[in-house]
Amino acid sequence: MQSSENIVRKAVKKYGKGRENLLPILQMVRKENNYLSEDQLREIATEMDLSAADVYGVATFYSFMDMQPKGKNIIRICKTITCFMKGKDSIVTALEDALGIKMGETTPDRKFSLLEANCIGWCHKGPAMLINDKVYVELTPEKAIQALEEYR
Amino acid sequence: MVMTRDEKLAKINAHQERVNLIFEKIDTLRLMEKVLTLDNNKILEYIKESGLKGRGGAGFPTYLKWKLAADQKSDVKYVICNADEGEPGTFKDRKILEEQAEKVFTGMAICAKVIGASLGYIYLRGEYNFLVPLLVTKMNVFNDDMKKFGFNFTIDLRSGSGAYICGEETALIESMEGYRGEARNKPPYPAEKGYLGKPTVINNVETLVYCTMIVLNEGKKFKNFGTEISTGSKVFSVSGDADVEGIYELELGMTIQEFVDLFGDGDTKAVQVGGASGFCVPRKKFKETIIGFEGVPTGGSMMLFNSSRSMYHILMNYMEFMQEESCGQCTPCRVGCQQLVKGIQAIKHKKRPASYLDELVKLAKTMRVASKCGLGQSVANPFISIVENFREEIIY
Ligand SMILES: Cc1cc2nc3c(=O)[nH]c(=O)nc-3n(C[C@H](O)[C@H](O)[C@H](O)COP(=O)(O)O)c2cc1C
Ligand code: SF4
Ligand code: FES
Repeated sequence: MQSSENIVRKAVKKYGKGRENLLPILQMVRKENNYLSEDQLREIATEMDLSAADVYGVATFYSFMDMQPKGKNIIRICKTITCFMKGKDSIVTALEDALGIKMGETTPDRKFSLLEANCIGWCHKGPAMLINDKVYVELTPEKAIQALEEYR
Repeated sequence: MVMTRDEKLAKINAHQERVNLIFEKIDTLRLMEKVLTLDNNKILEYIKESGLKGRGGAGFPTYLKWKLAADQKSDVKYVICNADEGEPGTFKDRKILEEQAEKVFTGMAICAKVIGASLGYIYLRGEYNFLVPLLVTKMNVFNDDMKKFGFNFTIDLRSGSGAYICGEETALIESMEGYRGEARNKPPYPAEKGYLGKPTVINNVETLVYCTMIVLNEGKKFKNFGTEISTGSKVFSVSGDADVEGIYELELGMTIQEFVDLFGDGDTKAVQVGGASGFCVPRKKFKETIIGFEGVPTGGSMMLFNSSRSMYHILMNYMEFMQEESCGQCTPCRVGCQQLVKGIQAIKHKKRPASYLDELVKLAKTMRVASKCGLGQSVANPFISIVENFREEIIY
C-alpha cells in the first residue's frame, strides 16, 4: 500500500491546487483505501492551502466519501421504493447471512462493507446493488451471494 | 380494454417508433459541420419554435435559458450537462448517455456555439461511474473532432459522490467549485452567474439531445408531437407494478389512464409521477390527468403501484429519502422533513390523533413557500397528494 502522503500529492498534482478540483481530489484519494482518513484530509488541506475544517466539511457532505475505514469492496444496496417492493429486504438478509455481518458493518477480514443507498437508477430491474462501481440487477438472494464470489 | 403484455408492447413500440428522436442514430459529425455554418440567431429560432422545455424536472424554456446566457457579456462561459439523475424512479439519462453520448456532446457544442462557451462539463452521478471509461473514450474522440473543425470547445467529465441535491443546478455548481452541495438563492440564475461566477447553461441530458434533434430537423418534427403547452416528446422511466417496465420515448399529453392501459398490470391504484418530489395520482383521477406541464409535470419518473401496496410505506420511503437528502442548510426543509417522518409514524402508531395529519399538511405547505430550493419546496408534492388521496391508509 502506498503511503497516504503519496496519494494526496499525486492527486493534487494531477488535478491542480485550485479549489474547484477539491472533489476530484477527494474522490481519487478516497479510492485508494476506500475511505478518507483525517490525516489525509489534513494533508489535502495543507497541499491546497485550505483549512482542515473546510475540507472536512466538504468531505462529510457526500455520502460516497466514506469517513470510516471500509472494506476493500463496498456493497451498496438500493433501499428506495421500487427495489423495496421487489424484495430488497430478502437480498439484505441473504448478504448479511453470507457475510456474517449486519447492515452498515464491515467483515472482519476487511473484504466487504455492506451499506444501503438511495435509488441507484435501475428501478426497472430491481432489486439492484452496486459493488464498488459495478452494477448488479434483478437480484435474487442466490444471485446476490454469487456476485460476492467475484471479490473473494 | 384489457390487453395482453404482447399487445401492450406492440402498441408501445409503435408509439415509440413514430416519435423516435432520442434514440435515432444520426451522423453527429455531419450535423456539427452544418451547425458551425449556421447563424446563432437561426439556431435560437429553431429552439424557440420547438417550444422545448427542460427535461430535468423544472421545465424551464430552453430557448430563454440559452438566450439569457448568450446575452451576457463575458469572455468565459460554460455549458454543463446535468447527468446527476438522482430522482427516485428515473434512469433514462443513463441509457441516453450509454447509447447516444455523441448526441449529448453535440447538444452541448451547439449550446456552446450559441452562447459563446469554450468549455463544457458533464456532471455524472457517482452511481454511474461504470459509464466513465466509455464516456471518456467517446469524449476524447469528440474533442478531437471539434479541434479538427477548428471549433474551440472541449468537454470534460466530473463525478458526483452520492448526493441527490447536487442535481439541483446551484448545488451542482457549488459541488463543482469544491464546496458542499448546498443550493444557492436564485436569482442570480446560473445563466447570468454560474460556474466560477461565469454565465453557465445547465441542461439535462435529454434536453441536450432534443436540442440536437431540433437543430437537425430545423425546428420541425419535435413540435408535431405533444400539446400546445407541452410540445414534443419525453423519455419516460417506467417501474413498479407494471406489465411493461423500462425506458420509453412517448408523446407528452397522454392521460394517466392511457398510460396505465399501456404499462399497468391491470390493478394500478396509483401512479407517482415525477419521483419522490412529484405527485401521486390516484385511480379516480387517471382519466382527467394529463402527463405534461398542464397536468402533472415530470422528469420522466413513472412509478406504478397496485392495490397490494401500502401507501403509508410508499410515503414513508419518500419522506425518509427527502430527510436524508436534504442538504440541511435551511431550517424549513431540514426540520420539516424530520417532523413529517416522525409525524406520520406517530399517527400510525396512535401516539398522535388523526387530526395531527392536518397539522402536517400545513407544515408541508409552509415548506413549499419557506424552503430555499426546489428540494424543500417540492416535499409538499408527494406528501399532500398521497395524504389527501389515501388518508385512511396513512392513519390506519
Ligand atoms: C433536488 C433537485 C434535484 C434535481 N436533480 C436533477 C437531476 O438529477 N438532473 C437534472 O437534469 N435536473 C435536476 N434538477 C433540476 C435542475 O435544478 C435544473 O433545473 C435542470 O438541470 C435544468 O436543466 P433542463 O432545463 O434541461 O431541465 C433537480 C432539481 C432539484 C430541486
Ligand atoms: S430546501 Fe432543503 S435541500 Fe434546499 S437548501 Fe434548504 S435544506 Fe438544502
Ligand atoms: S428504486 Fe432501486 S434503483 Fe431505483
